[in-house]
Amino acid sequence: MSEGLVGFLDPEGKVLKGQKVPSLNRKDLLRLYRVMLLNRRVDERMITLQRQGRIGFYVGSMGEEAAIIGSAFALKPKDWIIPCYRELGAALLRGFPLFDLCCQLFGNEQDAIKGRQMPNHYASRKLRFGSISSPVGNQIPHATGIGLAARLTGSKDVALVYFGDGATSEGDFHVALNFAGVYKTSTIFLCRNNQWAISVPRQFQTASRTLAEKATAYNIEGVEVDGNDILAVYSVTREAVDRARRGEGATLIEAVTYRQGGHSTSDDPRVYRDEKEVQEWLKKDPISRFKSYLINDGAWSETKDASLEEQIKDEIEVALKKAEKIGPPCIDTMFEDVLDTVPWNLEEQREELRASQEYESVQQDR
Amino acid sequence: MPTINIIQAVNDALRAEMKRDDRVVIMGEDVGKFGGVFRATQGLFQEFGSDRVFDTPLAEAGIIGCAIGMALYGLRPVPEIQFVDFIYPAFDQIVNEAAKMRYRSGGQFTCPMVIRAPSGGGIKGGLYHSQSPETYFIHTAGLKVVMPSNPYDAKGLLIASIRDDNPVIFLEPKSLYRAARGEVPEEVYVIELGKAKVVREGEDITVVTYGAMVRVALEAAETAAEEDQFSVEVIDMRTLLPYDIDTVIASVKKTSRVVIVHEAPRTCGFGAELSATISEKALLHLQAPIFRVTGFDIPFPYTFEHHYLPNETRILKALRDGMDF
Repeated sequence: MSEGLVGFLDPEGKVLKGQKVPSLNRKDLLRLYRVMLLNRRVDERMITLQRQGRIGFYVGSMGEEAAIIGSAFALKPKDWIIPCYRELGAALLRGFPLFDLCCQLFGNEQDAIKGRQMPNHYASRKLRFGSISSPVGNQIPHATGIGLAARLTGSKDVALVYFGDGATSEGDFHVALNFAGVYKTSTIFLCRNNQWAISVPRQFQTASRTLAEKATAYNIEGVEVDGNDILAVYSVTREAVDRARRGEGATLIEAVTYRQGGHSTSDDPRVYRDEKEVQEWLKKDPISRFKSYLINDGAWSETKDASLEEQIKDEIEVALKKAEKIGPPCIDTMFEDVLDTVPWNLEEQREELRASQEYESVQQDR
Repeated sequence: MPTINIIQAVNDALRAEMKRDDRVVIMGEDVGKFGGVFRATQGLFQEFGSDRVFDTPLAEAGIIGCAIGMALYGLRPVPEIQFVDFIYPAFDQIVNEAAKMRYRSGGQFTCPMVIRAPSGGGIKGGLYHSQSPETYFIHTAGLKVVMPSNPYDAKGLLIASIRDDNPVIFLEPKSLYRAARGEVPEEVYVIELGKAKVVREGEDITVVTYGAMVRVALEAAETAAEEDQFSVEVIDMRTLLPYDIDTVIASVKKTSRVVIVHEAPRTCGFGAELSATISEKALLHLQAPIFRVTGFDIPFPYTFEHHYLPNETRILKALRDGMDF
């Protein structure tokens, strides 16, 4: 376990004394910034949409964009991302189209998962971006299994799995790390320690000093990183990925960050946490910090930023408008994909539903 | 044709599929060098090596959670749960993850895997080495549930399960592991999932059963034929989800009387489902109520296990009650 919090930038985006930032070309730096800003604006827009009653629910990632996007950036496209439900930024970085996202939020006919899940539970086989489930921590051992399968088949692929600080209390977190240690799997466990599991603060999850130190018991690498510093997150994840590809096993990364909003649109964080704490963390916002860094570096300007904001706003509106017009999937699809073929009992139940709909329309005609 | 038991048939099927498809991987507690506590994986570690057959830490949720990741990646894991009584730590992974993966991803991701587990009582195993929890899995959309009653079916059904693109819970009746012997071809063959088998033809009354109870039902049928001159038909369900309703209904229409036998507890057991469906589809063909002979609604007892398990006497009584109604 490496000691201390890894970080390169101060809250004003200046390089900390004695630190050297990873050498990324300007195109990559600007791509990272664009996805962060897009992530933030999409979240804000969708939360408004939920407030207007146009979608049922939304989970945002405000404040955690650096932890999510910086880590995903360390992967190759063939590597697997096993998400929790707050990693829109990682999907966007891989090219997940805004239109596809909007279709999923509406659960409409163009939704790749056919209107079957709550908002934010998208999946993309094409992007090797796993299917999202709501139970906390369930996805963690899957990434161990993928990392193990890669090792057993002689592949260099790695799996990156996301979860929050609350998930480290779940049994699945511990079995996943234990198996990863035993088999030296090619897995990166990325814990977004955003300090809050709905209303329960980090200190009620564990008496451990850090979450990263839990790696020690499983004899895998543990790293604590400033989760609001995208360059630091990228750098430690990249090292973990390289270790995994060299066959040196798994890493637990604790990205120390902050959930600026509620857990989801279903809770009001003002009820359970101190506004002063929120204000302190807002000063360390990952996007404004990275923006300052880019401006200091001469790679970015306020003028360019204003035009990017406009561009992003338009992109979101175009995707939203297009998706909102599309109706729901055909009701028959409700009975598909339970198994690879539709068994007799589901055929019967599909007929039963059809018959009840016909009955309903006959009743209404009377 | 060699005569072998169920353990050997399972071992045969595993070996054949591992030879055919290098994506097939076996994992679990003690399945490696030792060959499993019931010896079902004996010799496979030695034959296929530690990348294809390996021991796991003692954590069922980890075994299944890891297997799901391996299946997502493209392998065909066949995890063993040492006794089905110990499957509950993995219940969340099976029910919320493996079973729902295809549906919730719109068919993008699948979890083809076979979870093998010894099931049922009759070996003096008490509460925690005797359970029959098939109902929990039959109640879960997205799974297939299979239970053989003899070596021939065990081999053919296990091969079919490994080739199936859905997660399969493969329950092996452990009281029959060595007790049930039969002729099994050395060559590879498949028994289609979802198909029941009429193992004894009859005209008067139908017994619907599966797993270790098939043998007991057949014995009761013989006695009923000799002592009461009843012609008893016995159906071995073999696959419990999705189950073969056509074979059951055809038999009920012929005999008009039904006894359902399973060793799992009665309330909401598989017999309840069968009974309800038979009533829906064949009520006017019935001449008697549908009788259920099952385990009792209690934790599996140690000293009285043979009073808990349906035996020939209890089945005979139900057959006579059905015929006398």
